[in-house]
Amino acid sequence: MIEAKASPASLRIEKHLRRRARWRWPEIVFWLAILAAIVLLPSRAALINEILVAGLFALSLDLILGLAGIVSLGQAAFLGLGAYSAGLLASAGFADPTLGLLAGALVAAAVGLATAPLLLRGSDLTRLMVTLGVSLMLGELANRNSWLTGGADGLNFSMGKVLGLFPIGFLGQRNAALYSLVVLFALFAAARRLRQSPFGLALAAIRENRLRADALGIATSRRMIAIYAVSAAYAGVAGALLAQTTQIVSLDLFDFHRSADVLLMLIIGGAGYLYGGLIGAAVFIFLRDVISAATPEYWEFWIGALLIVLVMVGRERIRDLALRAAAVRPPRPAHEEPL
Amino acid sequence: MSVPALEARGLVRQFGALLVTDSVSFKIEPGARQALIGPNGAGKTTLINLLTGVLKPTKGHVLLEGRDATALSSDERVRLGLSRTFQINQLFPNLSPVESLGLAISERIRSGADFSRVAGTRPEIVAEIEDLLSRFGLESDMDQPTRKLPYGKQRLLEIALALATRPRVLLLDEPAAGVPEDERRDILAALAALPSDVAILLIEHDMDLVFSFATRISVLVAGRLLTEGEPEEIAADERVRAVYLGEDVRG
Repeated sequence: MIEAKASPASLRIEKHLRRRARWRWPEIVFWLAILAAIVLLPSRAALINEILVAGLFALSLDLILGLAGIVSLGQAAFLGLGAYSAGLLASAGFADPTLGLLAGALVAAAVGLATAPLLLRGSDLTRLMVTLGVSLMLGELANRNSWLTGGADGLNFSMGKVLGLFPIGFLGQRNAALYSLVVLFALFAAARRLRQSPFGLALAAIRENRLRADALGIATSRRMIAIYAVSAAYAGVAGALLAQTTQIVSLDLFDFHRSADVLLMLIIGGAGYLYGGLIGAAVFIFLRDVISAATPEYWEFWIGALLIVLVMVGRERIRDLALRAAAVRPPRPAHEEPL
Repeated sequence: MSVPALEARGLVRQFGALLVTDSVSFKIEPGARQALIGPNGAGKTTLINLLTGVLKPTKGHVLLEGRDATALSSDERVRLGLSRTFQINQLFPNLSPVESLGLAISERIRSGADFSRVAGTRPEIVAEIEDLLSRFGLESDMDQPTRKLPYGKQRLLEIALALATRPRVLLLDEPAAGVPEDERRDILAALAALPSDVAILLIEHDMDLVFSFATRISVLVAGRLLTEGEPEEIAADERVRAVYLGEDVRG
């Protein structure tokens, strides 16, 4: 097919719309660095795995908070659902990990889909309370139905090999971390694509001005329900990964502190540009490890202080100061930066 | 007779005991240039909200090209061809004009839910964005975040966005509100250049603008339609003069 010669303006439009589509080298370095860390530091594989799973969990929150502006204090509901789905499937004898991931995603997405309509109207406070309420209810249901969930004892199960080849769990912590990395990367790439798609643009419109989004004919309710279900599926996969790589599934997965921690991680790393959850998870877990080794009862003090500084001073100003200190010009206009 | 592009039948809206819209009925013919005027507090904004579906009427019906749209949500009405602009800018501050227009167009051609395609990969959408940018003189600011645009350009983007939905009926809510004198001409030119097959209802305080634009004027006072007619009739109407006490209606 012969294409008509594009005008300079249309090229500029296209370039502008696709400006985030290409993988930039810092991103490639980022992912290769994680891979290198797993290969070179096998003794820390369990910690790296924990960061990767928490990063995926924080990514799931970024899909609703960063992209669509939907706040939640109940993301742990979907983490727990995903973990129990994968755990129960394995204890019923279906020990294939891939199957477990799929089950975690589907069950969490179904519950996300069912509860999303509760989030369409009302303020941020309403949404915080509804999401918190749903996670409390699910946690209590898991507690009450101990015939299914094992109650306070949790679940016992053994996992099969990934794709029938690679053992994970206690015997293969490095395999487990690699497995988590592959899953995280695949889901991250999908989320990255989604953010640059017309659907992602519509979510940004809903976040910025829902009244106008409605007035452009965007079915805002349906879009919000859709992204909430996708986010739930991501959190479900994170739960399934956690269950499979630690072989522990317990009631504390539904705990409020899980929802609060993941929100902290995302705020620390910055919402809206998708890497924030991963960076925040790494900072959070790394700090916890370092500080709690030095002063075990004191680490939350420093996390709290970091949070306040980030929120009060602002991430952009901190970055600008750092750049000025390093005598580097800020490379991109502000609107391409994370929120 | 042709089917009206937009019709209100006996619209009533009460807020508690307060009657804000009182049995308003009127028609807008296809391609009409109509204006709705009225003093502050006449209920113009409420009427727009009833027509666009932001509010549900206590009584009465809204018909879009003969089809009862009273039960439809505002986004469904947009997809049937009823679009609007806002008196106070309702834009996407951190999105660029290109992104804002692109998402309006994608939505209209049912491509707005595409989640696996990078935006900017459909040449027909890019071409339409380019066309709208040039019609409203927004090319030079196309990739800036909207909040950085001068106010006059933001007003133009308001209209461009509404037009991107390819409406049959366009409600313009005080399009020149707050625009400084030297940027006003751009708005007037943009209004004059709107496609002639689109029916337009202009809600406006500025009588110069109303009388230069509209071929038919409806006057809303205290929630009721006081009168309707051609600009000459309205300018000569004693009741209208009385409402705009002391103001020269002819401008």
